[in-house]
Amino acid sequence: MKKEPIIAFRGFSFQYFSQSEPTLHDINLEINPGEKIMIAGPSGSGKSTLGHCLNGLIPFAYKGEISGSLQVGGTETRDMDIFTLSKTLGTVLQDADGQFVGLTVGEDIAFSMENDRIPQSEMKERVRKVAKMVDMDRWLTNSPYELSGGQKQRTELAGVMIDDVDVLLFDEPLANLDPATGRQAIEIIDDIHRESGKTIIIIEHRLEDVLHRPIDRIIVLDEGRIAADMNPHELISSAILKETGIREPLYVTALKFAGVKVTPEMKPGHITTLSINDDEKEAVKLWYQSVEPDFPPISNDNVLELEGISFSYDEGVEVLHDVSFGIRQGEMLSLVGMNGAGKSTIAKLMCGFEKESKGRILYMGDDIADESIKERAERIGYVMQNPNQMLSQPMIFDEVALGLKLRNLPEEEIDIRVRKALEICGLLPFIKWPVSALSYGQKKRVTIAAILALDPKLIILDEPTAGQDYRHYTEIMEFLRTINHSGVTVLMITHDMHLMLEYTARSLVVTDGRLICDQPASVVLTTQEVIESANLKETSLFTLAQMVGIDDETSFVQRFIDYERQVEKK
Amino acid sequence: MRTGFFTAQKSDSPIHRLSGFTKLICFLILTGAVMYSYDLRVILCVMVFSFIILKISKIRFSQIKLMVIYVVVFLAINAILTFLFSPGYGTEIYGTRHVLLKLFGRYDITAETLFFIATKFMKYSSVIPLGMIFLLTTDPSELASSLNAVGVHYKIAFSFSLTLRYFPDIQRDYRDISQAQQARGLEMSGKARMWDRFKRALAILLPLILSTLDRIETITNAMDLRGFGKHRKRTWYSRKRMTRADFIALAVSLIILSATLLVAFFINNGRFYNPFI
Repeated sequence: MKKEPIIAFRGFSFQYFSQSEPTLHDINLEINPGEKIMIAGPSGSGKSTLGHCLNGLIPFAYKGEISGSLQVGGTETRDMDIFTLSKTLGTVLQDADGQFVGLTVGEDIAFSMENDRIPQSEMKERVRKVAKMVDMDRWLTNSPYELSGGQKQRTELAGVMIDDVDVLLFDEPLANLDPATGRQAIEIIDDIHRESGKTIIIIEHRLEDVLHRPIDRIIVLDEGRIAADMNPHELISSAILKETGIREPLYVTALKFAGVKVTPEMKPGHITTLSINDDEKEAVKLWYQSVEPDFPPISNDNVLELEGISFSYDEGVEVLHDVSFGIRQGEMLSLVGMNGAGKSTIAKLMCGFEKESKGRILYMGDDIADESIKERAERIGYVMQNPNQMLSQPMIFDEVALGLKLRNLPEEEIDIRVRKALEICGLLPFIKWPVSALSYGQKKRVTIAAILALDPKLIILDEPTAGQDYRHYTEIMEFLRTINHSGVTVLMITHDMHLMLEYTARSLVVTDGRLICDQPASVVLTTQEVIESANLKETSLFTLAQMVGIDDETSFVQRFIDYERQVEKK
Repeated sequence: MRTGFFTAQKSDSPIHRLSGFTKLICFLILTGAVMYSYDLRVILCVMVFSFIILKISKIRFSQIKLMVIYVVVFLAINAILTFLFSPGYGTEIYGTRHVLLKLFGRYDITAETLFFIATKFMKYSSVIPLGMIFLLTTDPSELASSLNAVGVHYKIAFSFSLTLRYFPDIQRDYRDISQAQQARGLEMSGKARMWDRFKRALAILLPLILSTLDRIETITNAMDLRGFGKHRKRTWYSRKRMTRADFIALAVSLIILSATLLVAFFINNGRFYNPFI
């Protein structure tokens, strides 16, 4: 007998009142109890909207026109309010930091029970039980400021599971997490699925990371319609990922580079299930040997040099210990490490936002300790992660011109420099536009243009691709590469391993306030101690190299990067 | 992470261990007592008492320095204004007139007015230590539950505590935004004209407000999804149980209030203490 689906969309469409087109068109989808589903799709595909329809935020908080039917647990959602719905379907939102309601872990987990008027003694008991399931029971009295990103997310998860919901919905659970914590999150979700048999829905665009553990079906959304509904092996063998702009797993890209045809029979959904025959292994080996190593020319002059830098805040605890490295002119490099390891502090010291307690910072060989923040900004630009925190002018021209105006440059000079910066950033046609008319990615470009207008030799970007899907990621990174080619040195603070591999020749790794590694990304991502101490994870290329029988995994990863580079050039 | 003014201190003392409800009620009772009484002796007694409690709570002067300065400046202005508007008020109250210094017109400095102003000054300043004890020894969520316990609607009480909860985050945002804007060339020194200073403040406030609105959207969604506002009442996970210490604290406060009232009824025959007859 066929089971009743726990979730059923039938001819379902949704249009926000503020938009002229529907965001979701004619969705037909059934999800059975106990299934583990991934909903993938690029930004703007409607996957978050679908999530909001499921958890009731649509129409409770976001208004719009609904047509067709959506049933959760056999009841039409339009007949339920958000509170009733939340007892069947619990949502773990992205950005665990922003939604931490309580002042302690225990209080946050209890939030939903407080609203249900559960007596205090029962709350304490249930909180203890659920906290144990996500391994947070030793942290009940800690405040959110004392927790890591992963711990905050586990607290959120406990806060949702306390209601014993049938369906758990995860909205971009990997956003804002470093690679190792992200992997842990996927493992915890999987453990809960296996132990409790709850229905799991994961909304994400990072396919390879989610496929670290088994998934029953992947629903791909594209422009508000379902583009695919298949199992991981079929999906990865199909052309849909390419068409919709979802990044395929790296090992699959490598197989394709080697001319191996990827088929569902190879079970390519997870690197652990992948099976390739001897001919295919040979093909990969041959390809590996045929790739010509690429040695990008690197200047020997340092644009910036840190010598024995230590730093402590007012309270006296030293957070950086004796950090030394040089950044060569024209380089594009990454600064990686766990949250709180000291990456941002290093960037702040470079920009002069904070003052080092020991050591020297040299710019083109000169000590710049006496320069003000404003003076340094003309040499070293800093782009914050969230463009909304930098944009302060209503018009694009004024935003880019702000720094120049504050330096009292003549009008004509300002005009020339703004135009030049906007041109590099591909925003010249928008010069007379208001900032509010731009997309998130375009806003990011405006902030970069505003920094470039000051003509710095080095720009530092904090997580330039955070929260971006593959297409936007590629757009931003290719754009940064163009800037780099125009002669600007680029340093990026990042968690993104793809970014490290594909765009930075060198990675600086910081752990507990110390620089522990200064090597090419291919070495960093194949060296076990470094991976562990910086909360990174092994790339699947490493596993593929071992599977094929290539001893020098690092060199395999490096050849992959070089080849990708060469393909792009052609 | 630097701690802000409103972040409840994580230290421990007998005062910290009292429930937020007790502290709120004691604060209201003692404030009521000093507000009722115009007897300088009683007010000074309450003040000494609250300084002792301040000591027990392990609150350092540096934590409350800023607040003390604000209040003292405010009260000083208030005292001057009182004198300017009604220099003879002391005589109206106490019925006698001892001129200490003759100025012009009706502006004579009399012992009565001076005494009245001093009483009023002490009365309001004795509320500061009481308020500080309450704010600095109660964590925001307990604050919310105790406000709710005295009848404030939980939505208002909760949004109050949520503001305190996110205060450090917004402080951090402010610092980050201001640093980035300084790098753009914004001078933070005070040498600019009023209009320029206003425009500069706007360059920091605008991004801060926008990013705070984003924060609010996220948190509201999270709270909606977890049933906030479903019922007319809610329970509180972090509400402390009343212990013996709580009842002792309440009793002490009530004794002080009754003493104040007794002094007023039987010794002073009114709210004022009159040393002039």
